[in-house]
Amino acid sequence: MALDKDKVAHIARLARIRVEDKDLAPIGKELDQILSWIEQLNEVDTANVEPMTSVASLKLKRRADQVTDGGYPEKVVANAPAAAHGYFTVPKVVE
Amino acid sequence: MAALTDLTLAAARDGLKKKSFSAKEIAEAHIKAVEGARALNAFITETPDKALAMAAQSDARIAKGEARPLDGIPLAIKDLFCTEGVLTTAASHILDGYKPQYESTVTSNLWRDGAVMVGKTNLDEFAMGSSNMTSYYGPVESPWRRQGDNRPLVPGGSSGGSAAAIAARLALGATGTDTGGSIRQPASFCGIVGLKPTYGRCSRWGIVAFASSLDQAGPFARDVRDTAILMRAMAGHDPKDSTSVDMEVPDFEATLDKGVKGLKIGIPKEYRVDGMPAEIEKLWNQGIEWLRAEGAEIREISLPHTKYALATYYIVAPAEASSNLARYDGVRFGLRVNGDSLDDMYERTRAAGFGAEVRRRVMIGAYVLSAGYYDAYYLKAQKVRALIARDFEQAFGQVDAILTPTAPSAAFAIGDKMDDPIAMYLNDVFTVPASLAGLPALSLPAGLSGDGLPLGLHLIGRAFDEATVLRAARTIEKAANFTARPGAAS
Repeated sequence: MALDKDKVAHIARLARIRVEDKDLAPIGKELDQILSWIEQLNEVDTANVEPMTSVASLKLKRRADQVTDGGYPEKVVANAPAAAHGYFTVPKVVE
Repeated sequence: MAALTDLTLAAARDGLKKKSFSAKEIAEAHIKAVEGARALNAFITETPDKALAMAAQSDARIAKGEARPLDGIPLAIKDLFCTEGVLTTAASHILDGYKPQYESTVTSNLWRDGAVMVGKTNLDEFAMGSSNMTSYYGPVESPWRRQGDNRPLVPGGSSGGSAAAIAARLALGATGTDTGGSIRQPASFCGIVGLKPTYGRCSRWGIVAFASSLDQAGPFARDVRDTAILMRAMAGHDPKDSTSVDMEVPDFEATLDKGVKGLKIGIPKEYRVDGMPAEIEKLWNQGIEWLRAEGAEIREISLPHTKYALATYYIVAPAEASSNLARYDGVRFGLRVNGDSLDDMYERTRAAGFGAEVRRRVMIGAYVLSAGYYDAYYLKAQKVRALIARDFEQAFGQVDAILTPTAPSAAFAIGDKMDDPIAMYLNDVFTVPASLAGLPALSLPAGLSGDGLPLGLHLIGRAFDEATVLRAARTIEKAANFTARPGAAS
């Protein structure tokens, strides 16, 4: 299976990573190489195997549903590249 | 008396208590060593002022007779742990200028016990790599050199800066994180000890996430006892990480010297891979003989799905990474590259902020999770992962610990293997299976390659049985009597 340029552009879009047109083919080749190596897993019979979703087989702990943190918006936005009045700011998204 | 930078952590602890030297003196000696070793590029941020302030507090407590378990011990912290008010980069451009407003639980535990931070160490970007060459801050040089060859070598990765710092005597211990081998492989390359504990033993809270079902914090030190001491301090339940286990943390140091008499040690036949260098095979056989001579019973075991572990890992880890790294969007922290729209800003920020290996893994992850491919890749990998974990479960019905080599080679030169991702991934062929199963595993230096580089042996234990792993490691350590040290530290 080969990844064509459209497919790579689609993956890049899903990953929200801008890829220049000229880089689509070389990246496709790289990803292809890794994906075809990964396909060796098809040799393994997993017909009656439950997928492993967590290493820890323990039950999650419960706690009281209480607010235990917060109330410091200035700390929350302290590292924002752009913030105003205790809010994160982003480019305009409504017309 | 030995130089203060050459002490073991245990000796420094005992000397501080007896007031043979002060925390200030140890801190100053290490600050000077860190400054003198900048050519290694082991640190992204040095924190000498913080070290001196923390050492002064330690000295005050020691004077009052209130010394804590790690008072005055200088540690290097992988720059993947959030440290309050101190730049935390994950070695990525995308976290430019990020100063966390909180402290990770593992580092909080270390400071609670009195340890002193000398700086934040370099790593592969977002801990993705086995060479430390993917760091935005440049590669780390190992303090080791091949005999008669002055080419700089990699320290391994991803915790390469921490491992190089310990080998070069820049701190008495360090933190690392291990997702597929990122503590154990650099420990092997740098001739030191590194322990990845059982998944859940340490809190992941405040550690920059790579692959959440695999990431674990663990210690580096120059011997097994020091590793045991640090492990105890780092571990423990944390309500802020729902996967951290509420279980007593044993005094690992107290049981170190119990020996291996009567222990059953498994030797997995599937780890005798084609093309394994003769000197690695020889060292492995030597390790078996050392354990046998001390009364361990050696048994051949089978872990039949071993050969599929790497491919499984390279689906599961990128999938989780693509999800975890979605948070780097130019909004809440770090780099922002402006664009025509919100989406354009995201895409430009992430293209500029992530390096090539991180972009590659995030894209692989996005692909294997995407509609139409999820079952074929991600679900399949989760099923094979279950089989790998079952292999270990069955093996641990017959044995108490498993012995293998840590890595298929000694350290390689900086720049090698960069054009072939899969060749790079093969570094972790022996470490990844234990990661997938969540088991504790340790690497310790056991011998030298023909050209004078350290080689590690790898012990894997039952879940939450770090104590047996450390005991067996201590036995090998005594037999191996590894005294070689890197040129830069001799």
